[in-house]
Amino acid sequence: MSELGAVSEDGFLKKAFGNRSFVAGLVITCLVAATALLSFFWTPYDVNVLIVSNRMQSPSLQHLFGTDQFGRDVLSMIMVGARNSIAVALVAIIIGMGVGVPLGCWAAARGGYVDDVLMRFNDVVFAFPALLSAIMITAIFGPGAINAIIAIGIFNIPVFARVARAGALGLWPREFVLAARAAGKGKTLITIEHILPNIANLLLVQGTIQFALGILAEASLSYIGLGAQPPMPSWGRMLFDAQTRMVVAPYLAIFPGMAIVITVLGLNLLGDGIADTLDPKLRRQR
Amino acid sequence: MSLLEIENLSLDIGATPILKGIDLSIEQGEVMGLVGESGSGKSLTALSIMKLLPSGARTSGRIDFAGMKILSASEDEMCALRGDDIGMVFQEPMTALNPLKTIGEQVAEGIRLHTGASRADAEARARSMLERVGLPSTKFPLSRYPHQLSGGQRQRVIIAIACALKPKLLIADEPTTALDVVLQAQILKLLRELVDENRMGLLLISHDLAVVAEMSDRITILREGAVMEAGETARTLSAQVHPYTRQLAQASMHVPVRQVHHSVPAADRKAPLLTVENLTKDYHSQRTLLFGRPQPFRAVSNVSFSLDAGQSVALVGQSGCGKSTLSRMILALEKPTSGAVAIEGKTTVGMNDAALRSVRRKMQVVFQDPYGSFNPRKTVEWLVAEPLHLLEKQPTKAERRERVEQSLHEVGLKPADMKKYPHEFSGGQRQRISIARAIITRPRLVVADEPVSALDVSIRAQILDLFADLNQKLGIAYLFITHDLTVARAITDEVMVMHEGKIVEAGKTAQVLSQPQSDAGRMLVEAAPDLHRALAKKMQEQG
Repeated sequence: MSELGAVSEDGFLKKAFGNRSFVAGLVITCLVAATALLSFFWTPYDVNVLIVSNRMQSPSLQHLFGTDQFGRDVLSMIMVGARNSIAVALVAIIIGMGVGVPLGCWAAARGGYVDDVLMRFNDVVFAFPALLSAIMITAIFGPGAINAIIAIGIFNIPVFARVARAGALGLWPREFVLAARAAGKGKTLITIEHILPNIANLLLVQGTIQFALGILAEASLSYIGLGAQPPMPSWGRMLFDAQTRMVVAPYLAIFPGMAIVITVLGLNLLGDGIADTLDPKLRRQR
Repeated sequence: MSLLEIENLSLDIGATPILKGIDLSIEQGEVMGLVGESGSGKSLTALSIMKLLPSGARTSGRIDFAGMKILSASEDEMCALRGDDIGMVFQEPMTALNPLKTIGEQVAEGIRLHTGASRADAEARARSMLERVGLPSTKFPLSRYPHQLSGGQRQRVIIAIACALKPKLLIADEPTTALDVVLQAQILKLLRELVDENRMGLLLISHDLAVVAEMSDRITILREGAVMEAGETARTLSAQVHPYTRQLAQASMHVPVRQVHHSVPAADRKAPLLTVENLTKDYHSQRTLLFGRPQPFRAVSNVSFSLDAGQSVALVGQSGCGKSTLSRMILALEKPTSGAVAIEGKTTVGMNDAALRSVRRKMQVVFQDPYGSFNPRKTVEWLVAEPLHLLEKQPTKAERRERVEQSLHEVGLKPADMKKYPHEFSGGQRQRISIARAIITRPRLVVADEPVSALDVSIRAQILDLFADLNQKLGIAYLFITHDLTVARAITDEVMVMHEGKIVEAGKTAQVLSQPQSDAGRMLVEAAPDLHRALAKKMQEQG
């Protein structure tokens, strides 16, 4: 932990840019994000216009990734789908962090029965298979992007609560926290001033991992028809639509599949890179 | 020919020169003391002998061990040597053992690896070795895990591992620094006996001149990677030819100049600054049976004493005697099971947080670890200003800065240091920042928990001076918690000896430390290493 904290801000960036997986992850993630942003202003073709005469075309110069069964441009759909994936995963993380981190910090600060009750409740949420429960939630409240976000977000909560609690528990007996208590600061203030800045690293790493998992979860939900609804393009549903035409048009599955793989890989590399940079000890052991 | 001969050893890591032409030799059955302050290259000298240097290290020169050229030896040859002919004892007994393996396995491991002995044979040898280091298998079966042992016992296990194969050379890197004086004396005695029994060479690395003076036949003094002086221990340390040797010796016996605290005549005596009455703390240990009643462990038992304004009192005792628990209860960081603590007559037990603030303003704390006592992400200005939170009227930004500046000035730091982060300072400077933080509210009492035991001798002398100086200038009373009697002797008027949660002896410092009445007090005084005494003894032996 002490090594974790000892890295100053500019030292961190300098080190991070010397780390291969951090740089690779950052480049990929930025590219994906840029593609999503670009899709708001420009896509090669309008994804809401169906031109049936163009249907099921193989990749060509006009349609780099080909067209689907309604004649829509696959590249354009992937670009617009990136928006949806990123938005769902990002909001789900914000929900998970926003609820999980305060809960974890509270549990660590209070200890005793508060800690016990919160963490056992956590275990209960963990015990449900996340995707099945997300299916259940969307099945009850109806399919759609918003419900997918809520479903994924709920399962991010215990993850962040655990990470925050474990980090905070390690800090509470430290002498600088004792000194703050001797300075009469209350638990809330100590958590804000001393605990949170020192567990931010851990949360950042966990955040990138959850981001990647969120994108996968969104794709899975869309795949079974419980995510974003048509006509909104989504990577998961593109895969679903492609599967009946796998033999005639494999590119319909390959390109959205690649989009998911590259995005998740980029985020995982980024997370690894941050973790490596922040904890030199861990890096040497690998 | 010597057992170990190091000639003109130089070591660079990256572009930084670490060791600059070191010469050192050890004969069989000889104890060589390697002394120096942190960063002087002591540990890297030891690691060079073992060839366990970090990657990117380049060495030159010559290291001969029993006729073998270490620097040009292959990794396989070194593996055969390590643990067999050269054993090593590390500083930190808490982390040097694998927590998942029993002590029997860990001692037997090296025996099996190097001799190819069967499991049963290796275990038998491990048993006799553990018995030799004072852990007989009747009381400490081989199936014990490290966490079931105390720090001193673990260090014995580590010594058993290092000595199991009767190495020709034992390297002990600060083997007792993490232990209290009583355990230190026991471990040093054990090492001395093992050296005499097996005619081992011992390279004893320490920053503590008194320990080295007591133990070693010859001594090498290191500074910034170069040998300052080397020779017979007693002669070198008493002649003090080299100015650095003199500086080290003086620093380790340093006593700050301070006026003796004049006790106020009984008539005009106000209520004492701090009163502790029948203070007791029980910890609930884990229950051993599901429905069994957990046995409470009494960490502090029925302690009473009082402390006047401006007085400086030491609380001494072995580790685990309850000193730190007591100090935390005084600081109202932990709730006592029973009893009372009062500051200027106001009892703090049962006070709510708001009421505690006015009391906390009057007492502050300085911790042992200069690295752990600051949030690494805050500036010095923020950290030193933290206790200002206790003031009733929050100062403006400018006032705040002014007070921080003054506080830093009082501990000998510059106003420009405010903008820096803790990692930019050395250990001694950090301890100054820690003191600056403690005095910023102008407290009446500062509780200092082992404030100098993590520091080098010369830095320690400076910090002790600072404590003495602040006591005089600001009239702050101190409660020093320490196992180091030199600290107690240097800076306090009165001493309390604590043993197993009770205060067993109390009185004037000079009197208690020269003629202790209690068993615990006597044990501490006898075990404390003392440079004068050690040198006198050595001179007698060597004529």
